[in-house]
Amino acid sequence: MAHDYYEPGTGNIADAEHQRTRQEARTRVVGQKERRVDARPLVTGAPVYAAEFEQPNMLHARILHSPHAHANIRHIDKSKALALPGVHAVLTHEDLPRVAHSTAGQPYVEMSPYDAYLLDSRVRYVGDWVAFVAAETPAIAEEALSLIEVDYELLPAVFDPLEACKDGAPRLHEPDTTHPNAGKNLGSIYDATHNIAAHEVIRHGDFEAAMREADIIVEGEYRVPYISHAVLEPHVCVAYLDGYERMIVVSSTQVPYHTRRQLASVLQLPISRVRIVKPRVGGGFGSKQEMLLEPVAAALALKTRRPVRIEYSRQEEFTAARFRHPMIMRMRSGVKRDGTLVAISMHSIGNASAYGTHSFTVTRSTGHKTLCLYRAKAYLFQADAIYTNLPITGAMRGYGAPQGFFALESHIDEIAHRLNMDPLEFRRKNHVQKGDWDPVEGEEIDGVWHSKRQFRSCGLPECLERGAAAIGWYEPFDRGDGKPIRRGRGMATAMQGSGVASFELGGASIKLNEDGSFNVMTGATDIGQGSDTILGQIAAEALGVGMDKIIMHSADTDSSVFDYGSYASSTTYISGGGVKLAAERVRQQILEVAGDMLDCSPEDMSIIDGVIYTPRGASNLTIADIAHETLYGRHRQQIMAKGDFWTDDSPAPFFAQFIEVEVDTETGQVRVTRAVNALDLGKAINPTLATGQVEGAVTMALGYALSEELKFDEQGRVRNPGFVDYKVMSTLDMPKMTTILVEDTEYTGPFGAKSAGEVPTNGMAPAVANAVYDALGVRIRSLPITPEKILQALDKQKDH
Amino acid sequence: MERNGTMPKIEITLKVNGRQETWRVQPGETLLEALHAHHYRGTKLICGTGDCCGCGVILDGRSINSCCMLAAQAGGADLLTIEGLAQEGKLHPIQEAFAEEGAAQCGYCTPGFIMRTYAFLQEHPRPTEEEVRAALAGNICRCTGYVKPVAAVLRAAENMKS
Repeated sequence: MAHDYYEPGTGNIADAEHQRTRQEARTRVVGQKERRVDARPLVTGAPVYAAEFEQPNMLHARILHSPHAHANIRHIDKSKALALPGVHAVLTHEDLPRVAHSTAGQPYVEMSPYDAYLLDSRVRYVGDWVAFVAAETPAIAEEALSLIEVDYELLPAVFDPLEACKDGAPRLHEPDTTHPNAGKNLGSIYDATHNIAAHEVIRHGDFEAAMREADIIVEGEYRVPYISHAVLEPHVCVAYLDGYERMIVVSSTQVPYHTRRQLASVLQLPISRVRIVKPRVGGGFGSKQEMLLEPVAAALALKTRRPVRIEYSRQEEFTAARFRHPMIMRMRSGVKRDGTLVAISMHSIGNASAYGTHSFTVTRSTGHKTLCLYRAKAYLFQADAIYTNLPITGAMRGYGAPQGFFALESHIDEIAHRLNMDPLEFRRKNHVQKGDWDPVEGEEIDGVWHSKRQFRSCGLPECLERGAAAIGWYEPFDRGDGKPIRRGRGMATAMQGSGVASFELGGASIKLNEDGSFNVMTGATDIGQGSDTILGQIAAEALGVGMDKIIMHSADTDSSVFDYGSYASSTTYISGGGVKLAAERVRQQILEVAGDMLDCSPEDMSIIDGVIYTPRGASNLTIADIAHETLYGRHRQQIMAKGDFWTDDSPAPFFAQFIEVEVDTETGQVRVTRAVNALDLGKAINPTLATGQVEGAVTMALGYALSEELKFDEQGRVRNPGFVDYKVMSTLDMPKMTTILVEDTEYTGPFGAKSAGEVPTNGMAPAVANAVYDALGVRIRSLPITPEKILQALDKQKDH
Repeated sequence: MERNGTMPKIEITLKVNGRQETWRVQPGETLLEALHAHHYRGTKLICGTGDCCGCGVILDGRSINSCCMLAAQAGGADLLTIEGLAQEGKLHPIQEAFAEEGAAQCGYCTPGFIMRTYAFLQEHPRPTEEEVRAALAGNICRCTGYVKPVAAVLRAAENMKS
């Protein structure tokens, strides 16, 4: 094939074995606890973020947000705001082209409806955008907002997805006829009349027939709340026209290339006139897998012809950014008395919010990313994403899987208890095994299941074994019987993907400098997960040099290769695969020159620590000598290559979460005292960064389990838009944590790696619910598991 | 708050990272805003309400949230920011420990953690893990789960002993 499709590709184990024999077992840089390449700027406070980027004559922008959940704008008068000294521009929907689009940072064609407009004559949630202001200072811009007079015609609003899909409910959107896949159920609005943004049914096998074989049927409904990414660096960007009339946007984004395309479309500029520069990003978690503030700054920069900076306040982050989809999930499964799972079903009803960005893909992922964890004869999954007049739900770390696994892993625990079986044993008996084909990701044609992926690596058995040993799963412990503080243990398992199968492209170009160092220019975006370091280690390993020879440059749409961005656990596997190919090509170019100089065949040569080796041993040539030879000597050329990677595959990392909790039966307070996190990531390219990903993800999930919830009043206003009332975990909430890395080599991944960043977000919430059940015998089926819910459940238990 | 020309400016003199500076600040301007206006961008604005300790600096030896103090109140103060820790390019042992432990991921909370640690270790040079957790209870991090930052503080304490 013409593209850099990874050789095995077909996804069968024989190919993978072949690949293994080609891979060197011993690595020098990969697998080492290398210090992050950006450690120094981060600990010294050096200006590396978009927030610190400045331009001369920069204006400051603010956004007027809607105070109403649903209204038409009859009239806007901006004259008083414009008259305020220091105000340079006020833009309303009357000033901007009305271009239907999606803000989802997804490849073209987005699997999200084209239901958004940069500004519209209608507002659909409290916080929706009404007008943009650019002024000399943020304070003047803020004051100008209060001078804009808006005449609203209030419309009835709806906040509950179960109400919103009924006949006669207030309707949010017209059918999106402009979506390139309109009418095909591939991202366009499914049923605008009933506010159904997206709908999907997946069947594998004859579900009802399988259920008839079951001895026991278990059902349950699970609910998860709205939560915020609470990303510490707010959304921020600076847009300016350069001397060539190109629109340069320096932005805190996970998706520079998708943003370039969408921004060009919304502002009706040719893509060639747009350049997105991503500096170091201060956290993303999916909140920046969106075009958000970039077109606001760019529209104002076009209008004023001055650089424009805009940064969301913390309040705006909590009211008008993006959020994790709340979900109602109904489970119904059948099991035999011997503990064999025969059929699983799930119906997920997602709150698609006011705009459907990511709603289809997140809601379907609650099933697609989860049900495949278990073997069964039949699967039935239905997803519905329903519009409501609430703040915009989008991508968030785990992307539907944390929701789905809360339902599935609570449900599995309930099934095990109904069978009087140890939940760990039940999972061991039923979870997928190495060599299995995915039972959910695929389609049934004429009664035959065509799966899209095979699980070639699966370290779940080892995760379970080592995790159980570390927590002491089979050992007795003080349960606190008869005392106010009870103890219990719980567990959950989970999986994820490594990128989205067939929907990825990533890589790098690598250039040799005269001192033997290399510029690695990658489109991947480091958002804190450490991609610059990981990709640098992959490049260094494949080139045969140390990290001191690697200079990382990431994600500038003018200078780096195309990359879909950092999301969906894709960076190490996809971009890393491309980096490795680029490095191998550069290495080959170096060896060809060296071979000519040493009269030796490149195939017989290698590079170790920058020194060229022939079959006779170390030569007297280093990479720096080759660089000099190519730049100044007889073999004149620029040694440089690119590599990119895409695949129809998405290998699954596996995760097991074991915890111990203390529950105060008098206050209802739940405290997780110990957590054992066991992750199969294929290969830890950098064990320090990998454990850091796990610890952070588990902590984020602990907040999901215990405290995080965005609350709304009756008008749809967020009631807790700040860190005091929206409680994220602190040092004092943290359990004693043990992280175990299991490396079941994924032979299609760079040096055996699959993903690590999202899967550890999936286990804590169900593990807490399961541990609370173990401690008290009460089942909490909705998150967060607050003291109120515990006390109510205990009261109910007493009544019985 | 820096509305141009409409309010009288206040002149203050203070020491920033060992250097005497004279700033002209607005009556309502916070210390954090004034730091940014004077190109000390290492201190981060994260919540702006004193709830995350991300904007931590050391003022006359005490760790404070610079988003919650008016710049005008800092007249005569001795201020230490994240930019003032490394000496002639050599990292401070706390910075070294944060780098070595992988305690910075996205890095946005890191200056706040490091400055809080600086003040804490002055008073508690040999802390226990419990004391470190208590000292950092107000510092919000969304990436690390606090495991590596806590380890970094303990490592820094160890390194600063010798």
